[in-house]
Amino acid sequence: MCLAIPSRIVDLRDGKAVIDVDGVRRECSLLLLEDAAVGDWVIVHAGFAISRLDEEAARETLALLREAAARLEGRRSGGETPPGE
Amino acid sequence: MVTRRNDEYRDATLVGELAARIRRLSRRPLRIMEVCGTHTVSIFRHGIRSLLPETITLLSGPGCPVCVTDTAEIDACIALARRPEILVATFGDLLRVPGSRSSLERERASGADVRVVYSALDAVELARRHPGREVVFLGIGFETTAPTVAAAVLAAHRSGIENFSVLCLHKTVPPALEALTALGDLRIDAFLLPGHVSVVIGRRAYLPFFERTRLPCAIAGFEPVDILQAVAAIVGQAENGKPALENAYRRAVAEEGNPAAQRVLAQVFAPADARWRGLGVIPASGLAVRAAWAAFDAARRFSLTATPVPEPRGCSCGEILTARKTPPECPLYGSRCTPGDPVGPCMVSSEGTCAAYFRYHDASAGG
Ligand code: SF4
Repeated sequence: MCLAIPSRIVDLRDGKAVIDVDGVRRECSLLLLEDAAVGDWVIVHAGFAISRLDEEAARETLALLREAAARLEGRRSGGETPPGE
Repeated sequence: MVTRRNDEYRDATLVGELAARIRRLSRRPLRIMEVCGTHTVSIFRHGIRSLLPETITLLSGPGCPVCVTDTAEIDACIALARRPEILVATFGDLLRVPGSRSSLERERASGADVRVVYSALDAVELARRHPGREVVFLGIGFETTAPTVAAAVLAAHRSGIENFSVLCLHKTVPPALEALTALGDLRIDAFLLPGHVSVVIGRRAYLPFFERTRLPCAIAGFEPVDILQAVAAIVGQAENGKPALENAYRRAVAEEGNPAAQRVLAQVFAPADARWRGLGVIPASGLAVRAAWAAFDAARRFSLTATPVPEPRGCSCGEILTARKTPPECPLYGSRCTPGDPVGPCMVSSEGTCAAYFRYHDASAGG
C-alpha cells in the first residue's frame, strides 16, 4: 500500500506530471509537490508525486558505499591498497 | 541520472560490504523493529535476515495500514457499502479484509457498488461522473497516504463536488512508536523507521520521540542496500552507546519532510485518538476530518458509530502486529489461514507479516 516507486517526469500538463515507470507512461498529480520539472526523478504514491529524489545525496551515499566495498575487497585480496588510496 | 535508479541499491558488492560491516560491528544482541509493511516485504523478498549475524533480530511491527485497521472500522466500511445510495471507492488492499461478518469483496459479490481506485482523485472523478450517487472514499493509510486523501477533499471542494466524502481511518506513526515502547512485555532495542512516511513528515518529526526514548533509530529506504545501511547505522549507534536519529534514506527524505503535503494534511485533518488492532486505543494517533470540512466527512454525513467487536476467533494478528508472535506460532497459520483463504488481515494484505512469511519464508530462511 505504501509502495512508492521512483519515476522520471517526462512531461508536464495542466498541473499534472506525465511519468515514465519502466517504459509505461502514467499521469500523476503535482498537488503535493511544489516546483516539479521535466527530468526530475520523483517518488509517486497513490497517484501523487510526494518527493523529488536528491541526486547529489544519492551519489554521495553510493560513492561512500563503493569506497568501503573497495577497501573490503582490498583487504580480502591480501591487503593491497585499492585504487585511489 | 543513473544514481536514482533502484538497481544500484541492489548491487551485490555493496550488499556484501554492508553485511560484512554489520557482522564486524555487532557484538551484543539487538532487537530492531520495522514499522512499515513495505520494509517487511522487502526484508523477506531479499532474504535480509539470512545476511545478518545471530545477534540481530528483526521484528515486524504494526507497519501494514490495512492490518492495523480495527475490525469495527472494517465493519463501518461494510455498513457504508450496504447502503443502496452509496458507491464505495477504495484501494484494492482493503477488499478482502474480513470484518466481523463479511468483507467488501463479499458485499460486492452480492450487489454492493464497491470500486477499486488507484488514487483518491479517481474517487472524486467517480463522484463527478455519478452525480446521483454518494461516493465515499475509504481513507486508510499512514502519513504517506493521508495527504493524498486530503488533497482529494480540497480538489472536490474546488470543483464544487458535493456527493464526495471520506471515511477517515488514517493513522500516524510517531504515536504508535511511543505506544510500542510502552509495552511492558516486549523488548525493542531500536527502530528502523519507515521511508515513505518519513518522506512526508521528515526526520524532524521523530525528534520528540527520540529525545524521550533515546533508542537507536534510522530512516530506511526499501532496497537491500538501503535496509542494510540503516541496520549498520543502528548497530554502530548501539555498539558505541551513542543512540541517534539517523537518516539513511537521504536521497528521498528531507529534514523537514514535504511541507506542501504537511500543509494539505493539516488543513483537512486534525489528530484524533485511534484504535489499532493489537495495540488498542493510542492517543492522538489517528486523523479525523476537521469540523470546517464536515461536509466531506462520511462518518458525520452518514452518522456512523463504531462498536468495538472482537478479533476473528483464533487469529493472532494482534500479537503478530506487536511482534509477540511470529506467523507459525498462530495455530491457524498455513492450515485454516492461507493467502487464498485468509482469516486475518495480516494474511490478506500483501504487506501483512503472515502473507510475507507465507510467500517468502522457505526461500529466505528468515524467522
Ligand atoms: S496466520 Fe492468519 S489467523 Fe493467524 S495471525 Fe496470521 S492472519 Fe491471523
